Amino acid sequence: MKASDTVKGGGLAILLSFIDVGLAVAQEAVGSSATPDTRLFNPQRANTLMVVAIFFGSVLFFMRETRRGRYLFIRRIAGLEAADEAIGRATEMGRPVLYIPGIMDVDNIQTIASMVILTDISKRTATFDVPVIVPLNQPFLVPLAEESVKEGCLRAGRPDAFIRDNIRYLSSEQFAFTAGVTGIMNREKPMANFFLGAFFAESLIISEVGFATGAIQIAGTANVHQLPFFVAACDYTLIGEEFFAASAYLSKDPQLLGTLKGADLTKALLMAILVIGSFLAWAGLNGLGRFFAAGG
Amino acid sequence: MAETITLWVGGLLTLMIFSFLYKDNPYYKFAEHLFVGVSAAYWMVVAFWTTFIPNLIAYLYPPSMGWFAANPNEAKVVIDNLHALEWWQRWGRLVPLILGLMMLTRLLPRASWISRWPMAFIIGFSAGTNLTRYLQSDFIAQIRATLIPLVVVGADGFSLGATITNLVIVGGVLTALVYFFFSKEHKGWFGGTARVGIWVLMVAFGAAFGYTVMARISLLIGRMNFMGRWIESVF
Repeated sequence: MKASDTVKGGGLAILLSFIDVGLAVAQEAVGSSATPDTRLFNPQRANTLMVVAIFFGSVLFFMRETRRGRYLFIRRIAGLEAADEAIGRATEMGRPVLYIPGIMDVDNIQTIASMVILTDISKRTATFDVPVIVPLNQPFLVPLAEESVKEGCLRAGRPDAFIRDNIRYLSSEQFAFTAGVTGIMNREKPMANFFLGAFFAESLIISEVGFATGAIQIAGTANVHQLPFFVAACDYTLIGEEFFAASAYLSKDPQLLGTLKGADLTKALLMAILVIGSFLAWAGLNGLGRFFAAGG
Repeated sequence: MAETITLWVGGLLTLMIFSFLYKDNPYYKFAEHLFVGVSAAYWMVVAFWTTFIPNLIAYLYPPSMGWFAANPNEAKVVIDNLHALEWWQRWGRLVPLILGLMMLTRLLPRASWISRWPMAFIIGFSAGTNLTRYLQSDFIAQIRATLIPLVVVGADGFSLGATITNLVIVGGVLTALVYFFFSKEHKGWFGGTARVGIWVLMVAFGAAFGYTVMARISLLIGRMNFMGRWIESVF
């Protein structure tokens, strides 16, 4: 047997295993003997429907209110107030801004939220004529990041501020990406670092290197296990929902602010449910608990 | 011989990466660029052989599987199975192919706007499908886990430990939720409650920090063991 045959054989085995898995799924879908049960409504998931209805109902209500001109108060979020300060510092120092939208692909909701924030950050950097460098871990994010930055530059009235070469795909390998980012931090010395998105074990490495270069760092993620590292190494950290609120807060778009208000109302109802449910459970009445346990 | 080469390459690259602790230098730059370049190429090959060929080419043209086969009999089974599929199961793969081709229009400045359609499709699809998933796992499951009795009286009577645990869980969740209220200024009793909430979060973060640092130390010990084996092989 030739060496090339071994390689071909090994490659085929892997390939065939992938196709076999796909075929098994397809055959199961087509050839299964189970009797289909077609229902438009699954009562086991009524709890999800209730939450969706409350959330979307309150969001739509507040969006309508903002369209009617009602003022919606949003409290100050320190990490987001500092965005202008960080970009201003980069402007004064004549250094770029670094923006990392996490290391997950576009099917992660944090990445989508980060792309919306990137548009607003790009608008600010374009206004101050500061380049924004966006290193990426996923190839599909390249066109998305390009569109976001381009949109931000257009909103600032500075389409010429868009620099395609600053949107950089490095590698899909987590720590190769991390090494690339630390290299950029050391060689191009960005003075404002934004780490907004889904991060994992690389969070401490990049935020420590950013700290060592003297940059102002603003981080935000909903990955609870990475928040401690950002809190320790960054100047400002957006915790969980603060990160998702960032796009509405920065843009001050009345409709987006409506979604924040809607989310707050949902949280208030949730708190009421928790308090009532806990007292009912104390009294031995577990109906509410069973309702939320259904379908899980 | 192969193990010796592996040890030397691994040991030298580890030293090059560790040299960053002193400052940025040509050795670190070499290791960094090697890592980024090799991994980018590696993932491209992985995507080609695990996504492009088995999920697209094999379905559109099953005989193509014979091209990669060292053993034609093995490939024949797969090809026959692919032919046995319903027509829509095979030709439905044209939809992602078309979306992929639309993405490539970014390379043509005058037609680049076409690439926004597949992007919009994927973002919309991701947001929609994730909505109920996150609601189930992060929201409903959290509510369910927090609906617990504030005072625990078991078969053996009143349980002080379980009662304190439940009070901390319910109180911690409620105060942390108050911190995430954006509609009201954090002042007065509301601000005090939010401050308790942020303390709860920080205590949780501190515990997670310590736990993860321990895991990182074990990674460092593993690397030091590797370096030890390398040095042993030299002497």
